[in-house]
Amino acid sequence: MLGVWVNQIVQGVLLGGLYALFAMGLSLSVGIMRFVNIAHGDLIVLVSFLVLSLTTSLGLSPLVAGLITLPIGFVGGYLLQRFLLQRVLGQGVLPIILVTFGLSIIVQNGLQGVYGADTRLVRSGDFATSTVMLGGGVNVGLLPLTIFVAAILMVFGLDLVLYRTRIGARIRAVSDDVAAANLIGLPSARIYAVAMGIVGLTVAISAGFMAVWTNFDPTSGPSRLIVAFEAVVLGGLGNLWGTLIGGIILGIAQTIGGQFDAAWQVLAGHLVFLTIFLIRPQGLFPKY
Amino acid sequence: MATTTVATRPDFKALLVPGGRLLLLIGLAVLVAGPWLFDPLQMQVMTQFLSMLVMAMMWNLLAGYADIVTVGQHGIVGIGAYAFFGFAVLAHFDPYLSIFMGGVTALIFALPIMLIIFRLRAAYLAVGSWVVAEALMLGAGKLSAFGGGSGISMPVSVVKQFGAQAAARSETIYWMAFGLALLAFVSTYFLMRSPIGLGLTAMRDNEEGAGAVGVNLVRARVLSFLWTAPFLGLAGAIVTLQKLRVAPPASFSITDWTVYIIFIVVIGGIGSFEGPIIGTIVFFIMREYLAEIGVWHFIILGVLSIGVILIEPRGLWGLLRRVVPGDLIPITYGSTDKRP
Amino acid sequence: MTALLAIEKLSVYHGPFRAVSELDLHVEEGEIVSIIGANGAGKSSLLNAIMGQVGRIEGAIRFGGESLNGLSTPAIVGRGVALVPEGRRLFPSLTVEENLNIGVDIGRSGSFRLDDIYGMFPILKDKRRQLARQLSGGQQQMVALGRALLANPRLLLCDEISLGLAPVVIGELYEILPTIAARGIGILLVEQDIGRSLAVADRFYCLLEGHVNLSGRPADTTRDVVISHYFGV
Repeated sequence: MLGVWVNQIVQGVLLGGLYALFAMGLSLSVGIMRFVNIAHGDLIVLVSFLVLSLTTSLGLSPLVAGLITLPIGFVGGYLLQRFLLQRVLGQGVLPIILVTFGLSIIVQNGLQGVYGADTRLVRSGDFATSTVMLGGGVNVGLLPLTIFVAAILMVFGLDLVLYRTRIGARIRAVSDDVAAANLIGLPSARIYAVAMGIVGLTVAISAGFMAVWTNFDPTSGPSRLIVAFEAVVLGGLGNLWGTLIGGIILGIAQTIGGQFDAAWQVLAGHLVFLTIFLIRPQGLFPKY
Repeated sequence: MATTTVATRPDFKALLVPGGRLLLLIGLAVLVAGPWLFDPLQMQVMTQFLSMLVMAMMWNLLAGYADIVTVGQHGIVGIGAYAFFGFAVLAHFDPYLSIFMGGVTALIFALPIMLIIFRLRAAYLAVGSWVVAEALMLGAGKLSAFGGGSGISMPVSVVKQFGAQAAARSETIYWMAFGLALLAFVSTYFLMRSPIGLGLTAMRDNEEGAGAVGVNLVRARVLSFLWTAPFLGLAGAIVTLQKLRVAPPASFSITDWTVYIIFIVVIGGIGSFEGPIIGTIVFFIMREYLAEIGVWHFIILGVLSIGVILIEPRGLWGLLRRVVPGDLIPITYGSTDKRP
Repeated sequence: MTALLAIEKLSVYHGPFRAVSELDLHVEEGEIVSIIGANGAGKSSLLNAIMGQVGRIEGAIRFGGESLNGLSTPAIVGRGVALVPEGRRLFPSLTVEENLNIGVDIGRSGSFRLDDIYGMFPILKDKRRQLARQLSGGQQQMVALGRALLANPRLLLCDEISLGLAPVVIGELYEILPTIAARGIGILLVEQDIGRSLAVADRFYCLLEGHVNLSGRPADTTRDVVISHYFGV
């Protein structure tokens, strides 16, 4: 009996890795640009469909398809910030929410128009189904384990970029005080665009993994946004390690909820989020 | 009215405000004469129109004035729908009282919801309210008395209490929707003209300024949120009566009660009284002609609303207002044109 | 020879309000020019106009003979103008060295290196890994000055660098200015502290309500004359 629970928790931790991947880009845009991109989940789903198209129509392996989406994610994020989001940034809270909200609806329905409403999954062969024994009756899938490791590597990578590189310092400078940056001649719009490019990179990485692990359809975006948002808020705004922990908590809550009743899975995640949020609105690991 | 404008045709411009008001009155007259003018199908559409107008006015009050940009409005509408069903079908209350209880229940639920989402600001509040609405919808799916995840239809016996014949019933529902819309409009109008409302308008224009004139912003935001809840709950009860069933995804429909509503208000003109009215009219005209093109309908709405925000954040009414010298529904006393 | 900075008939507007009116001013290479004036005299508007940070200006701002009108701030900095902003405006969560490197990033290539700044202000070398927000006001001002110098400017704009600092620290900062000017860099110094700034300046302009009402060499005038123009009495 205990083994079942240990197994569920391990599975939850691994699921949390995927959620943390979803949340990492959101955490960055919240921490640096101080806005929540309502279309975040839809952009992840958009790239997942791109991976699907690359594998089915060009016959590429999921790995190659995923690698191709990385530069696309970066450039896409850069252009999105430069030509759309930047135009409404700093004009109060409403415009940026409404623009990303409109974008979310456009992406969802555009995907539905192109791909139809069917649920999809990108086939990745034996890799998706092979498991490793961890002992004690705990079996973990190779794919979930890879995703979890990728989430940890992503936190390290982002930390490295933000705190050990010149562009990272510039991004943090603009995030600290955008007015001061403009005053001394730091090109904040371009730096924000690079930051959003990095967000786009994380979107592409999480989308690739999502495409091979979970089912998705054109309307999957909002639930991805919500779980990402919950992970970001739970972890403390702008704290990347906190975001990882937040994702893991949600993953555990969902698998344990699902253990009681499959229908409880998602609701259990929300309830755990709301409960922790009521007790600690600043998140578990607030940055400031 | 337009004495300060140095326009080429001041006579024409001066006519725009009274002309616009006349149009509003004609619209009101058409609504009053609705049951005699419309066929049953049109009555249904007009009932939907009025319900969505109420929701648009409420979202506009929150997002346009009180700085509460919620994406979880469908949560409150759904509570009203389920409460109505619960009181009317399960508790066997008087059907009209049950509708009223839909509003009361929404207000009661609004209190704890407020405790959660008011800890968040701006975009965080937006997604936070969405999380709450999701949780409510999933929670509603766990209520077996309400048909669980697949929902349940209203028994014919309850439905017939609103009119034995379909035609009589749709007329009753229409009048309720009309009454609700009128009540929402008039009472919100007077709310906006009260000191609290003037403070909200000042907050819309300049948050620091509102603090300076001594308006308690927290209290004004709390009041606004609680104000909208019963109206949204009542609207939820009325749409349930139209659909004759409750089901989590339909009663808590994010598309119908939040996505469409946001588009309506943004396109019509956020932060004005005219905006939601214009937006709802435009939305229903578009739906009439564009609904059959499916996903493109949404894409056009999305592109249109982004375009509006980039070009004229005050929407179609903001565009018209460049020509029209005054508000049709003036909220601030004695002002015809103070906006730059 | 063309002046390093030549401003002709400059007017700066904030909406309908004219903060600077038809102002003429020039700065030569290696020259320290002081702008004095009371609060609201238009000093900061003048600096912001040179940096390309105001909405609407009239008149000409020429730098090394080329017009700066209409250029973006990064482009202006790239041509060799750097600002030490009022209130220092460091990036609080960046380390001292990261703040200084921001200056390298925004500027042009030239002779100033990180080590030159550490030579000028040895204390900064010791604190290079500390966050800017943990420094004292004087140390922060050193970082702000260093950040501007690392952009390798030909013209350095200093906005109220003595504000809120202890006299000893102010003295230390003001001692550095002539050594910077000696490298051929023109310095435009905006100050409310008349005594300090006139002591170090080659020339000065006194601003009152957006107009220059007195200018010249500090040696050619008396303190009383300057003060009466400063207050406009």
